[in-house]
Amino acid sequence: MQEKSPDLSDGKLNLLWLQSGGCGGCTLSLLCAESPDLITVLESAGINLLWHPSLSEASGTELQDILAQVMAKEIRLDLLCLEGSVITGPQGSGKFHMLAGTGRPMMDWIRELSAVARYVIAVGTCATYGGITAAGNNPSEATGLQYDGHSKGGFLGENFVTGIDMPVINIAGCPTHPNWVTEMLVQIAIGGFTEAEMDDLGRPRSYADHLVHRGCPRNEYYEFKASAEKPSDLGCMMENMGCLGTQAHADCNTRLWNGGGSCLRGGYACVNCTAPGFEEPGHSFTETPKVAGIPVGLPTDMPKAWFVALASLSKAATPKRLKENAVADHIIVPLRNQTKDRK
Amino acid sequence: MSRRIVGPFNRVEGDLEVHLEIGGAVVEDAWVVSTLYRGFEQILHGKLPGDALVYTPRICGICSVSQSVATAAALADAQNIDMPPNGELAINLILANENIADHLTHFYLFFMPDFARDIYRNEPWYEPIAHRFKAVTGTAVKQVLPARSDWLHVMGILAGKWPHSLAIQPGGSSRAIEAQEQARILSVIYAFRKFLEDVLFGDSLENILSISSAADLDSWLEKQAPDHSDFVRFLHVSRSLGLEQLGRAADVFMSYGVYKGPEGNLFKRGVWHQGEQMFEPENITEDLSHSWMEHGNTPRHPYDGVTVPDPDTRDGYTWCKAPRLDGTVVEVGALARQVVDGDPLIRDLVQQSGGNVRNRVIARLLEIGRVVDAMSQWARLLRPREAFCHQVKMPDEARGCGLTEAARGSLGHWVRIKNGRILNYQIIAPTTWNFSPRDMSGVAGALEQALIGAPVRGGEKDPVSVQHIVRSFDPCMVCTVH
Repeated sequence: MQEKSPDLSDGKLNLLWLQSGGCGGCTLSLLCAESPDLITVLESAGINLLWHPSLSEASGTELQDILAQVMAKEIRLDLLCLEGSVITGPQGSGKFHMLAGTGRPMMDWIRELSAVARYVIAVGTCATYGGITAAGNNPSEATGLQYDGHSKGGFLGENFVTGIDMPVINIAGCPTHPNWVTEMLVQIAIGGFTEAEMDDLGRPRSYADHLVHRGCPRNEYYEFKASAEKPSDLGCMMENMGCLGTQAHADCNTRLWNGGGSCLRGGYACVNCTAPGFEEPGHSFTETPKVAGIPVGLPTDMPKAWFVALASLSKAATPKRLKENAVADHIIVPLRNQTKDRK
Repeated sequence: MSRRIVGPFNRVEGDLEVHLEIGGAVVEDAWVVSTLYRGFEQILHGKLPGDALVYTPRICGICSVSQSVATAAALADAQNIDMPPNGELAINLILANENIADHLTHFYLFFMPDFARDIYRNEPWYEPIAHRFKAVTGTAVKQVLPARSDWLHVMGILAGKWPHSLAIQPGGSSRAIEAQEQARILSVIYAFRKFLEDVLFGDSLENILSISSAADLDSWLEKQAPDHSDFVRFLHVSRSLGLEQLGRAADVFMSYGVYKGPEGNLFKRGVWHQGEQMFEPENITEDLSHSWMEHGNTPRHPYDGVTVPDPDTRDGYTWCKAPRLDGTVVEVGALARQVVDGDPLIRDLVQQSGGNVRNRVIARLLEIGRVVDAMSQWARLLRPREAFCHQVKMPDEARGCGLTEAARGSLGHWVRIKNGRILNYQIIAPTTWNFSPRDMSGVAGALEQALIGAPVRGGEKDPVSVQHIVRSFDPCMVCTVH
């Protein structure tokens, strides 16, 4: 009989974090968690770090002992986080990533540990869908845990569920925002996270139900189709600079990064890094593909004809201020103050 | 004589295995194995040159900006474009912000926790050190993480986010800041400086930066109480364990130089081996004789480099290639940077005891001070409302080389462009140099040399001296093989 909810008898959730075919950037981002810091968040949620590659003391045989105890079910594995894609090459052998010191492909460890974990969490777009590691001709035969790009299946298979009937939770993002991860962990700890909280690509709806476009400080330029033409221009980056903020599922411009930033606030395009296949857009990341002068990737749920009609209308009405500022790197036409004539 | 496989190493950013031959109570020989291959050089083949700016930062989450800077520099070289002064200053600030965050992360999260291990339980200094530096639970962690996050607010302002920013462009920065943002950057730098003075050094940055010899450092240390600051704590532990005797490699130090300014780099480019040596980037080659790579008979310059992985090559034992300068093994990193640049304290320390665990750590901490000092000046020199970015079209055929310094050492990108697409993209990362395998002549890489002679205590499975030596290089394994 499998249990349906975590055994919280000792009040703790054991978290094991592994890295495979990725860059470690989701961890480095996670360490930026603020108010409170990562260690305090874990403490508050009663999460016990069994092992984390950047934080734990245990190394070498000490880690191997922990893994052996988990496999023997002497240690309960509540949360298994994988950062980085599963490396299956060359020719399905997994030799492109052997877990150091163990002589075994990492993919074998991932398969076995997933089978004993209560929650399996893919952290970052590599672990969720394959991501950057699967770009080009995918030289390392990288795949996501339960998705290979858009196709469900991936490494663990379409029908994989954990002992408590949970599919893999996909915290996509390249990298993930620290709080996408910490809030997810706390939600699990307080028992508020179910499959209903996941969108149809397995992402937590808490951030995936939002659009990067929301809260973009360039919205006024967007409204009037006053567009940037080169890096450092202030205008909207959708028409020319490849920005996918109107299609990308994430809350980057309302949640903000590193104390107040986001890609768009940094002056560069959203590359839709929370989506499967973002690594191969089929065109330059930073140039908007167009057909007959009209961008091909328009906002997802807006009728195209309407968008084109509205865009040409608003373009005709663009104030001089926005038209000129859009192609400058600082405000050259300031807002005018309304002065009243006094009689 | 016994052979032992040690791994995985954590707190090294990526996956690492070390094979040791142990005779008596010391390491007699070592082989360093990088166990992860992803294939970025293959991924980049055929891509649009500008798109490399999306891919290469994702080689590494801890050297992300360094990778961007190297790509931008290689593309700028190919385009023959320069940056406006604001662009150079902004890129310096972004790169310095990452490099210093990495130094801090290394010292507190990666390196020091090994002294809180049980094996040191009987050392007189153990209790306070374990209380301070124990992994996850030590008092330092909760103090350092918020300081690090605040520090990285510079990224929020200048680079949008960290890691993986696209703000770093061949012609400058995509983020032209306003005057109030310049003010905020200065405040963030000041707050971090106070953290360094109060917590890390326990003295003013001026005083720390005026320590100009090993004798100066000793007399400064004598004046401090043992728990005065984390730097003091480290120096006492180091003295007690003789860390200056541990982990010496070949003492040939290389730095590509970094942080451009109108009067040259803040840290100059060069090679140091008992004195200044000639440095020609043209003399860099990669040898594949002991890598799991298909290889020709001769080492190649990275412009002509080839990356075809093959786990069944006869003499291969790692995915890492073996870069050499004029056929020589070199060591890179903060110590190399400061020796090459001529910092008097670091030159003196190296004169006395060469490259070793203690000196690598001192150089890293000292460099934090030097760079943070320079950053305040760069931030003041920014001119809001002036240009941050130049723009030039990429030619259809070109080649370019981008050399920079990541926290952990010299990072180079070489790109060849044909018909508007990337024909060949080769990357040599800092830890590719430091953790390289043997070459055709059988000469071992820097870490492999540094491990020889490391003491092994009775009953140790994962010798703690090996842990210290490995981590003293601040390795980044995801960059190493990429």
